[in-house]
Amino acid sequence: MSFMGINWFKYSSPQAFHPLAGKMIPWFSAAALALIGVGLYIGFFVAPTDFQQGDAYRIIFVHVPAAWMSMFLYVIMAAWAGIGLGLNARPSFMMAQAIAPTGALFTFLALLTGSMWGKPTWGAWWVWDARLTSELILLFQYIGIISLRASIDDLRRADRASAVFALVGVVNVPIIYFSVRWWNTLHQGASVSMTASPKMAATMVTAMLVMTLGFWMYSFAVTLARVRCVIAERERQLSWGKNASIQQVAEAR
Amino acid sequence: MSQPSMSEALRGVVRRDLLLAMRHRSDVAMSVFFVVIVASLFPLGVGPEQAVLRMIASGVLWVTALLACLLSLGRLFTADYLDGVLEQTLLIPQPLAVLVVGKVFAHWVISGLPVVLLSPLLGLQFGLSGDSLWVLTLSLLLGTPTLSMLGAIGAALTLGLRGSGLLVALLVLPLFVPVLIFGAGAVTSSLAGIGSEANLSLLGACFLLSLAFAPWATAVALRIALE
Repeated sequence: MSFMGINWFKYSSPQAFHPLAGKMIPWFSAAALALIGVGLYIGFFVAPTDFQQGDAYRIIFVHVPAAWMSMFLYVIMAAWAGIGLGLNARPSFMMAQAIAPTGALFTFLALLTGSMWGKPTWGAWWVWDARLTSELILLFQYIGIISLRASIDDLRRADRASAVFALVGVVNVPIIYFSVRWWNTLHQGASVSMTASPKMAATMVTAMLVMTLGFWMYSFAVTLARVRCVIAERERQLSWGKNASIQQVAEAR
Repeated sequence: MSQPSMSEALRGVVRRDLLLAMRHRSDVAMSVFFVVIVASLFPLGVGPEQAVLRMIASGVLWVTALLACLLSLGRLFTADYLDGVLEQTLLIPQPLAVLVVGKVFAHWVISGLPVVLLSPLLGLQFGLSGDSLWVLTLSLLLGTPTLSMLGAIGAALTLGLRGSGLLVALLVLPLFVPVLIFGAGAVTSSLAGIGSEANLSLLGACFLLSLAFAPWATAVALRIALE
């Protein structure tokens, strides 16, 4: 597959991907910093105060993008896992392994910010609402995948077993997404959708989208940094891997 | 030499597993006693208030069924894995997923069916009566095979790992949640008098979905474990 004069398949080899990832990380990090900075500025200073919820609603500029990312990242991780199983490709498994902790982090962040929003608005830190429960299960799934991988010593089996579990867990993602529509519970429905015009002020939507982009960039940067560690750890026996030294792994961590 | 047909292979697997279970009857009895004891602990802890017990009955009995299934998952593949039978099973020309269905069915007969049969009695302990007692039994009858089916995936993934008992709980319990919600929901809604058909239908849907996909995923996981 060549496109724009570049042979993209070259980068499916860990040896070629390792330096490429290293070159991309600063760009994605800078973009993440800038976008999250701008997003937070619009969210906290430009967006109008909500007439019902006051300023407490401003946590959604972190909450909603984090919740989106938690689902996106799960699907992407499962897709890499599926590609890995189907094509027997090691770098796909490495990507899946690298995405999991970031996904778990965003899931936790979504739950945390959600409960911080829930206390002033609903009057409770936690309610057993369909969306909250299914998001909690997503967190358990991330933890399950990470610990399943950690408890298998044989790398090949660890890759494939956690890939199967990741694919089985994909069932939960549509359940989370549609939970507010299927079960009419406390959590409100989506205010922003692809098909209808948003039900909120334009600046709020802007802030939310900018934050989401920023979280994407952050995810790229962190995942690439982590995949470099994974590559360096796994390929250290090979001749080229000795150059990607253990010291570098320690630094990147 | 003529090959046995798919249904013959399926029957063979079920027969063998049930026979093995009958030779170790105390194992089967243990899971029954486990359910009875755990279910009896709750009234002791919560207090003998009839109204409270009736309210928590469905949840407690369903969680007990979940735990009983979870604890017996170790038996599903481990013995066969250790003595090499599983490796031979993988070589059988019939599709592995079909053989997995046989093993899961046998597992359900040993660990799930006793709970279903026992549930009216346990329900009485918690002050359920009439319709809700039947709904409880029916929901367990529909739900426990799904639990065995989903549990098999976890059991296959963690086969022969250190600490696999805890790990399988971590993997499988989140997958059990929908079954728990619909199963306990059926009893609760029948107690509230709004009919349990919706929850029972959803339980049926869960069962059919897991029947379609879980054996296949389990087969893949078994091949990975024995590579």
